Amino acid sequence: MAKLRILYFAWLRERTGKSEESVAMPDGVSTVGDLMAWLRARDAAHAAAFVNPRLVRVAVNQSFADPDQMLSPGDEVAFFPPVTGG
Amino acid sequence: MALIRVTAGDFDPGVELERLNIAGAGGMASFVGVVRDTPAQPLAALTLEHYPGMTEAQILKIAEAAELRFSLLACSVVHRYGRLRPGQRIVFCGAAAAHRQAALEAVAFLIDWLKTSAPFWKQESFLNGETRWVMARAEDDTARARW
Repeated sequence: MAKLRILYFAWLRERTGKSEESVAMPDGVSTVGDLMAWLRARDAAHAAAFVNPRLVRVAVNQSFADPDQMLSPGDEVAFFPPVTGG
Repeated sequence: MALIRVTAGDFDPGVELERLNIAGAGGMASFVGVVRDTPAQPLAALTLEHYPGMTEAQILKIAEAAELRFSLLACSVVHRYGRLRPGQRIVFCGAAAAHRQAALEAVAFLIDWLKTSAPFWKQESFLNGETRWVMARAEDDTARARW
């Protein structure tokens, strides 16, 4: 079965200790918000990255997404802080 | 015609501006962003991280919106990533239009949207060895909201 590809940028990458990982769609996870809750409960590093969900932005398949967006196996989900380019 | 480039290398603002000098243009306007030094806490470097693929796609969306909204003949965005020192160039936004007002407004629109909607993240490295991720600023959201 296709997995979720999860990417982390900036301080989310530093706190999780990885820039990307691949996970099988967990039981009970159907939305972006569900995935964040699942990741937060996973280990101390992920808990530290998601300690303040208000500071985390999300993209699904490279488009900005809200916590209530539905996920499908094979999706690319990226977590990052509010952007600071320009 | 939207010219988009996300690159580690430097760019020449004069060359980028001249690319926009196409038939029908009455003028070109541009903005060049550079790494600002912080005298209170001297900066060694600013490192920009981006999301390859999404960054280019988001910039293209912003550029196409600007072209439509301001009836541009062409526009251009060049954005660098990687480690930059104070004074070095970060970003170029340029627009060509038949008349000056559209070109000038389009450049302000481009940089305001880039600041809040293109996936880049800045990390400051100070001479004292400390590092800090730059926080998003509420003023940037306000600047974008005026469009």
